Amino acid sequence: MELLLVSLLNGLVYGMLLFMLASGLTLIFSMMGVLNFAHASIYMLGAYFAYDISRHIGFWPALVVAPVLCGVLGALIEMYGLRRVHKNGHIAELLFTFGLAFIIEKAVQMIWGLLPVPYRVPALLDRTLFHIYGTNFPAYRGFMLLVSALMFLAIWLMLTRTRMGLVIQAALTHPEMVGALGHNVPRVFTTVFAGGCALAGLAGVIGGNYLVTEPSMAFSMGPIVFVVVVFGGLGSLAGCFIASLIMGYVQTFAVVLEYSPADALAAFGIKVTEATPLSEFLTIPLPRIGALLPFVMLILILLFKPRGLMGTRDT
Amino acid sequence: MSEILAHPGARPVEAAGVASLTKRHGPWLLALAVTLVLPWLFYDWSRARHSGFVVAMLSQMSMMAVFALSYNMQMGQAGLLSFGHAVFFGLGGYTTAHVLNAVKSGSFWLPTELVPLAGGVGGLVFAIIFGYVATKQRATAFAMITLGIGELVTACALMFKTFFGGEGGVSTNRVIGTSLFGLTYSPSIQVYYLIVAWTVISVALMLLLTRTALGRMANACRDNFERAQFVGYDPSMVRFFQFSLSGFFAGIAGALYALTYEIVTFDSVAGAMSANALLMTYIGGVGAFAGPVLGAVLIVLLQSWVSLLSNSWLVYVGLLFIVMVTFAPGGIAGILLMHGPIWRARRLGRLAGPYVRVLTPGVLAVAGFVLLVELCSFLTIGAAQGKSFKLSGITIDPQSLKPWLIGALLLVVGGLVLWREGRHFRRSWEAVMEEIKAAGRA
Amino acid sequence: MSEAAVRLTDVRKSFGPTPIIMGVSLDIDRGQRHAIIGPNGAGKTTLFNLISGRLPVSSGRIELDGQSIEGLPAHRINRMGLSRSFQITSIFPRMTVFENIRCGLLWSMGYRYSFWHLLSRERSLNAAAERLLADVNLESRRYLPAGLLSYAEQRALEIGITIAGGARTILLDEPTAGMSRSEANHAVALIRRVTEGKTLVMVEHDMSVVFDLADVVTVLVYGQVIASGPPAEIRANRAVQDAYLGAAAH
Repeated sequence: MELLLVSLLNGLVYGMLLFMLASGLTLIFSMMGVLNFAHASIYMLGAYFAYDISRHIGFWPALVVAPVLCGVLGALIEMYGLRRVHKNGHIAELLFTFGLAFIIEKAVQMIWGLLPVPYRVPALLDRTLFHIYGTNFPAYRGFMLLVSALMFLAIWLMLTRTRMGLVIQAALTHPEMVGALGHNVPRVFTTVFAGGCALAGLAGVIGGNYLVTEPSMAFSMGPIVFVVVVFGGLGSLAGCFIASLIMGYVQTFAVVLEYSPADALAAFGIKVTEATPLSEFLTIPLPRIGALLPFVMLILILLFKPRGLMGTRDT
Repeated sequence: MSEILAHPGARPVEAAGVASLTKRHGPWLLALAVTLVLPWLFYDWSRARHSGFVVAMLSQMSMMAVFALSYNMQMGQAGLLSFGHAVFFGLGGYTTAHVLNAVKSGSFWLPTELVPLAGGVGGLVFAIIFGYVATKQRATAFAMITLGIGELVTACALMFKTFFGGEGGVSTNRVIGTSLFGLTYSPSIQVYYLIVAWTVISVALMLLLTRTALGRMANACRDNFERAQFVGYDPSMVRFFQFSLSGFFAGIAGALYALTYEIVTFDSVAGAMSANALLMTYIGGVGAFAGPVLGAVLIVLLQSWVSLLSNSWLVYVGLLFIVMVTFAPGGIAGILLMHGPIWRARRLGRLAGPYVRVLTPGVLAVAGFVLLVELCSFLTIGAAQGKSFKLSGITIDPQSLKPWLIGALLLVVGGLVLWREGRHFRRSWEAVMEEIKAAGRA
Repeated sequence: MSEAAVRLTDVRKSFGPTPIIMGVSLDIDRGQRHAIIGPNGAGKTTLFNLISGRLPVSSGRIELDGQSIEGLPAHRINRMGLSRSFQITSIFPRMTVFENIRCGLLWSMGYRYSFWHLLSRERSLNAAAERLLADVNLESRRYLPAGLLSYAEQRALEIGITIAGGARTILLDEPTAGMSRSEANHAVALIRRVTEGKTLVMVEHDMSVVFDLADVVTVLVYGQVIASGPPAEIRANRAVQDAYLGAAAH
């Protein structure tokens, strides 16, 4: 029971972090048709920027400055890079963002070194918020939930209450039509791209000290975010939200449930020993397969429901 | 436009005959002669020994050429972007390692010369299994599935000891004593010639494949999958066959890898190896059959030479890749082919001047960039490794401001002049092309 | 009674809540030259897309030579003997003209997914391609990448690819769109020649082409058939005149 409650909370925290990343990516993908490989790299940069700013000024300024830096970077990338490559087609755009992710990883290695950097939770939040059945729930995780909830609210308000927001909503499902109606589509694109990158940067600021801040964090987080986006479906932020939570819970529960397929078979009275063929595959505990699950989900959803859970358009 | 004019199909196919056959395939025969002879140019006559470095590098170029060509069967010829091609390379390698071990222990017999075929079969079988799933989709969904499969297989390779040997991988020994020619294949030069032989076979087969019904329809589905449907073809089946055969040749490349290094680990299936295929193929050029070969040679060259001098060679490769994607999507082969009509009209000399004017600031800008990157790298990574930045005997201190200023100056000034000269160059280019078109019409 | 080559029975198509085709029933007899005309937005191309399998029907039946084809994938319908051209020229722009035609022949000549036949050595395949090339008067352009052809030449090439497979039912979507009078005349002569003995269904806006070529004309307005019969009858039909003139008057 205790395990369930704690895992429910942890899964929520992780799921909201994923949503912060995946929402930006879904917006960009749905509107511009380009799957931004470098999205997780911006997340990484957000964490590293926050680390540096925290070191010299403080965590709270970093919370504001780092996402802004990432947003500006995103705007520059869109205006001077993506827009130029756009005429060469979607595959070229995909390759461009892939190359960008590649270079950003190497640049980070060069500037900050190969090892993880000690990006820590600020002292103010480094305490326990409350106890559940004897386990501590850190204040920082509560903070993360607060930030993600506030951000979620801000996006929802922006999308439903502002004119730009309505245009973005329309462009999510019918991008060509929006252009035909006379809206400044390039400006909308730049705004969405920059906004998505700022969100990714914010996710990096609060996630980088919760998880580890190292050069490979982009390439380990990236594929999971893609799975969430594809799973949730194109053109739907609600689907993205649900998919983020599902993924958050799948990964959280996978780590705590120490069962293996052999245990499931044992429930049916089938015993798996060393001699059983494929015994190695059957005795592997769930936490170790945890890394595989997102990709199994990706492949399954693309096979059976390529539009995702709530997608409105084809990829 | 000039790209289409350079299209080889624009010229009629000549009649068959040994003389014209040699002329048509001249560049290939030349390349073959070079690969056969090159190790001997670096032979140490005083010690009767081949240069290990050169033989290793050439071996790697050959196997990477096969790997890149197999990738282009998907990318350039069928229009499929895969992020998991290394899966078939690595699985071919694992298969080969197991076959070699089985022959050595006596439970299986296969002549050493035919061992790469085992790798090919391994690659083919897995490509059929994964391809059945992946090729149901196209474009972005296909790319995502291949990414997923790649990550899945990598994770499995790390986790499972059966077949993958876990983190330690599978070790093997290529001296299995079943050579049809009585060779041991212990010396690396012997393996090198075995690799070259299989490279030639693979290249020839892949080239011939482009001229079959499947090869042509793969191109057709790439160009216009709807029209392909309306000539009776199911595009997902075309993709499936092309994908599977591409896995076969990737498996052969993997086998050559296993024979050379005698160990296969998870990084032969990992994302970095798939990225390698993508980079080599794209930089070399996806539009021409030989493009990936150029890319493989270049990347291996950079890897072998530049990685000795610098920690940041991957930054340069990545930047080269992005520059190509933005400005030269046809790759190196595409750039060379663009010069085709100018070469044939014997007006190449006209561009000599403009080239000098645009390449000089280009070289300076690149030098400035490299200097800055190296300074950065020595400041962090190099310092951690205790290395110091030495350039032709002079030690450069990354902590001092002067080298940074020099680097920044070279980059900025070189870049600005390059920008201006670039426009001049474009005008000269267009002028020459206009002349050629006018002459053609006359 | 000659079986209809194509039979539509109460075919309906909606995109979301918007109905485009609202109950079309039509019989196209074998060997007939049938033109479908109507104002823009009437749903003519949508109807073609439904018949050829590019779009699924919302409801209704479509039969080709007596067999149901609604819901089948496009390549299956093509293999059953129906081929089409597109409103926006659809060829293989990076392949040569000769290769384009040859691709059209591959399936029907049994090559399937063969990766062991070198096409340059296949005599009867290449001879058939040569004949088709001559039929569409593109022999002189055979080695040019198809993307470099003039507009009219590309349309002719597309017709060549469309008939290459030997389909018995040919759908042509606005075959003379964008052509000058003389080009259109050439195209009509070509179409008449190559569709001899086949069933031809075409969407057209050019009335002189329609009256020159068609045996039967069907008029489609707002997703419904308002008239169908020989050209002279249609010309005199009140409802048709209203539909066209009415649209023009506003």
